[in-house]
Amino acid sequence: MPIVVALFMESNILIDAQNIGVKLSNRWIFRHVNLTVERGQVVCIIGGNGAGKTTCVRTLLGLLSHTEGTVKRANSLKVGFVPQKLEITPILPLTIRRLVALAGKFENQEIDNALSAVGLDELGNPSVSTLSGGEFQRLMLARAILRKPDLLVLDEPAQGVDVSGIDVLNRLILHTRDKTRCGVLMISHDIEMVFDMFDDILVMIPHEFDQLRYSNVA
Amino acid sequence: MLDDFFVRALVAGIGLAIVTGPVGCFIVWRRLAYFGETIAHSSLLGVAVAILSDVNLALGIFFTATVVVFIVFLLERREGLPTDTILGLLAHGGLALGLVLLSFFPGVRIDLHALLFGDILAVSRQDLLVIWLGGATVLGLLCWLWTPLLLTTISNDLSTVESRKPLMSKLLFGILVAAVIAVAVKIVGVLLIVALLIIPAATARRFASIPESMAIGAALVGVASVAGGLFASLQFDTPSGPSIVVAALVCFVLTRIPIGFLKRAKQNTLN
Repeated sequence: MPIVVALFMESNILIDAQNIGVKLSNRWIFRHVNLTVERGQVVCIIGGNGAGKTTCVRTLLGLLSHTEGTVKRANSLKVGFVPQKLEITPILPLTIRRLVALAGKFENQEIDNALSAVGLDELGNPSVSTLSGGEFQRLMLARAILRKPDLLVLDEPAQGVDVSGIDVLNRLILHTRDKTRCGVLMISHDIEMVFDMFDDILVMIPHEFDQLRYSNVA
Repeated sequence: MLDDFFVRALVAGIGLAIVTGPVGCFIVWRRLAYFGETIAHSSLLGVAVAILSDVNLALGIFFTATVVVFIVFLLERREGLPTDTILGLLAHGGLALGLVLLSFFPGVRIDLHALLFGDILAVSRQDLLVIWLGGATVLGLLCWLWTPLLLTTISNDLSTVESRKPLMSKLLFGILVAAVIAVAVKIVGVLLIVALLIIPAATARRFASIPESMAIGAALVGVASVAGGLFASLQFDTPSGPSIVVAALVCFVLTRIPIGFLKRAKQNTLN
């Protein structure tokens, strides 16, 4: 029976998962995952296709139920989420400001600041369908930042982004962490960058339910 | 003024179009056309329920359609069946069950043609009250649901993470669709109501840059279609419900003609 417990806000821990696993249609997607994200910490999950990275993140966010283990979340945890893929139907007319404004009630100046933080302020207000992959991911990051989250969660944000775009995106993520002291949980495929940049790394191996952990923090 | 059957039909149609425009936008954004068809088809079962339990027709249709909405939600969550299969099962099952139920009561006579294609010219003053008050309620609820429903349309996960209660928004929207269809059956009929939801929304897309302008545009296209269809029906003595849908279709086709092509054609004519 899965257990979800709310933590006290006094703690720096935002999410704490102990020995969690998810079984779908009689098949274990992942098992025995232990992961903690604290305020100001950047944690990355890496692993091959089918290792259950996205399922793990969705479980930590409460989008999926876990079959075993415990997940504790901070009380009133505010999450800024950048999903792996967002396919907006072309029949839905949506400008970048309208999409960002859907994050909540914000002043125009706050929206301007968020767009400026990700370098999209000079684009004007075009339709989201005209954005490149990198611009769209930065837009989603702006939207997440605007919410002033306690925890920023990014599921492969660099997918479909060119090399220079990935660098910009990663610097933005670290800048956001430094500025707001939020925790960051991210899935990535870029192993070199991950070991360079992040505090704590969880390696998930497909079809083997053992996780390896590396910490860059002494 | 409302003594004239044509004016009553016009007022009823305009009242309906103002609501079906914005509701229809969510139907096309969320790809729910078949869901709309299912609710519309199941309204024949609602007619049977209304007649057998001796309640108002629109109320019987609304009650049955709401039950169908709940069944769709439950089956989607619990069964491993694809959504379109569930919808097909309920649409045709509901239609057949309604007709079978009615056959058990040979004394009951219903105008099947009016149910399938509507009879807007038979709208009464009481119907007008139901359409305008019901329409105002549906629009009010839609405004309240607007942001969560829009975010859920973009991403269910985002909506859940940002505590927008996507399931509740979707369920309430399903009930709003049920209400619109219950009221609209008398006007355009079971077979044509989905057209009035989809065509104005698809037409308005071309001129909209944000969701809100598309919803207003869809309502305006709907109003123009109702007026155009009714006047055409008067002029050419054609059935009113189908004439409204044909007028909506004409609006859609006109907006699809490339403006550059028209300019070139005009230029060629002048030369």
